[in-house]
Amino acid sequence: MILFRMILKNAFRRKFRTGLTILATGIAILAFGLLRTVITTWYGSAEATSANRLVTRNAVSIIFPLPLSYYEKIRHAEGVSEVSYGNWFGGIYISEKNFFASFAMDTETYLKLMKEFLIPEGQKQDFLRDRRGALVGRGLMDRFGWKLGDVVTLKGTIYPGEWPFVIRAVYRGRTPSVDETQFVFHYEYLNEAIKGTMPSLANQVGYFSVGIRNPGEAADIASEIDAMFTNSPAETLTETEKAFVMGFISMSEAIIRVIQAVSLVIIVIILAVVANTMAMTTRERTGEYAVLKTLGYSGPRITILIVGEALVVTCLGALLGILLTYPAAFGFKTALKQFFPVFIVDPLTVALDAGVALLVGVAASILPARQAVKTRIAEGLRRIG
Amino acid sequence: MEDAPPIVRISRVFKSYRRGDLVVPVLRDLTFDIARGEFLSIMGPSGSGKSTLLNLIAGIDSVDSGSIVVEGEDITGLAETDLARWRAGNVGFIFQFYNLIPVLTAFENVELPLHLAPLSKAERRDHVEAALGMVNLGNRMDHYPGQLSGGEQQRVAIARAIVIDPTLLVADEPTGDLDRASAEDVLDLMDRMNTELGKTIVMVTHDPHAAQRAHVVRHLEKGEFGT
Repeated sequence: MILFRMILKNAFRRKFRTGLTILATGIAILAFGLLRTVITTWYGSAEATSANRLVTRNAVSIIFPLPLSYYEKIRHAEGVSEVSYGNWFGGIYISEKNFFASFAMDTETYLKLMKEFLIPEGQKQDFLRDRRGALVGRGLMDRFGWKLGDVVTLKGTIYPGEWPFVIRAVYRGRTPSVDETQFVFHYEYLNEAIKGTMPSLANQVGYFSVGIRNPGEAADIASEIDAMFTNSPAETLTETEKAFVMGFISMSEAIIRVIQAVSLVIIVIILAVVANTMAMTTRERTGEYAVLKTLGYSGPRITILIVGEALVVTCLGALLGILLTYPAAFGFKTALKQFFPVFIVDPLTVALDAGVALLVGVAASILPARQAVKTRIAEGLRRIG
Repeated sequence: MEDAPPIVRISRVFKSYRRGDLVVPVLRDLTFDIARGEFLSIMGPSGSGKSTLLNLIAGIDSVDSGSIVVEGEDITGLAETDLARWRAGNVGFIFQFYNLIPVLTAFENVELPLHLAPLSKAERRDHVEAALGMVNLGNRMDHYPGQLSGGEQQRVAIARAIVIDPTLLVADEPTGDLDRASAEDVLDLMDRMNTELGKTIVMVTHDPHAAQRAHVVRHLEKGEFGT
């Protein structure tokens, strides 16, 4: 108990220095937390996928389409409960900086598969009835201030022309990890229109979304589907939705590695800052540690005093950093919502922040503590006065 | 008293320090006893080895050769952890610069050694209050060292030294940083510890006036006792 009291009192003996160290640690933890959140957000789309869905695409590349005629064959594969299909539309709203994801989907089957989308029943029916209707995520509605019934015109990049849509339904995510910034409309609307203008792209789909009854059979069902189209002009590659999304994520792996490296650099910086503070502190108190040793306080107790003090500083810094992470993440999300529609501070990130604080606290103080313990009592006492 | 076995027996003690490649002998073949209840003062010029001798007797430094036996226990053979435990239970220290912990109150400073003993909180409180009462600082228990005068700080240090009821009290220039009046108070206190509580005291001092308060005065020069 006396050690704990001394740790707390010692930690705030030099308030200015301790305050600066806590602030530096807090800012570093904040930066670490934000970078970690960028990484988890990157992987978050993969985590938000359903284990009950597979994705079937062209085996050569996602940019090559598949014939719509595959639909019936896939639907009758063993273990398949539902199949939907669609295309990446890639529309632009007013200007390119207003980027968001837009898809042309077979909406009736799509909504049966997308159980993570919560849509009021009336709006859902309105959307299904209107061929020009659009289903829009709540986040996107907020971003552009749209309302139900608004007509929104997208400029096609893959499918040229102006494409007017009427917002008929708004979805929100069942969980916070669901992307609420998507724009979905009817595949039929797109397909009918391009039959006249781009007939080669008609009746072609970018991918099939395949609902399965048992996730444990995913590998067998995927093999069965791909086997159906072996040696066809458009062979397929079927994989879990998670693997499909991870394929996209892996394209930006170099950036993630850089972010991870920067996170490590931040940890080293905190370590240096706290180690410097602890080295100064320990040197100043050499005499006091000698007195304590004289009174019978052993090496482990002296170590607890020094390591404990470092832990108080790093834990308070971590607390400050964690508290700042939430408003900073909110600001980050607001400023970059087109790139990070979901930007949630993961509990694991907070746990890692705390872990880093503990690790740095111990690592930064272990050498000064060892030095203090090793210093002979007589030598320590000579430094007083 | 003469028939009783000595409380400290020092036999053929050698101690030297190393300065770079140079070995500087500090104590040379010292042999003497300290009787139970004795108030011994060790005098000598700077560098004569008096503080080193005190440190050896108190178990905070180690001999090169020879033995120091306190209450029948050869402390020169003890490992560092055992020595720390031995000091906690047997030796009370009084330093020239008081060496109180500035972030702890007078009460907490005196309580420090008791945290190493198997005592309850109430027992610790009783011991601390008694020790501080003995040095007439019962009314300053909640003051921090920075709020006390030099003499008061040294009295707190004396209370901290006696609170564990040690076998041996060692004092290194206890009046060296005090004015004459405060020094007298401290010496009176040490005298009381010796006469009323029967504590064996070993004091190192430059001050002949302080040394006169001891029963026995030994002069150390170049690591050897003079006659």
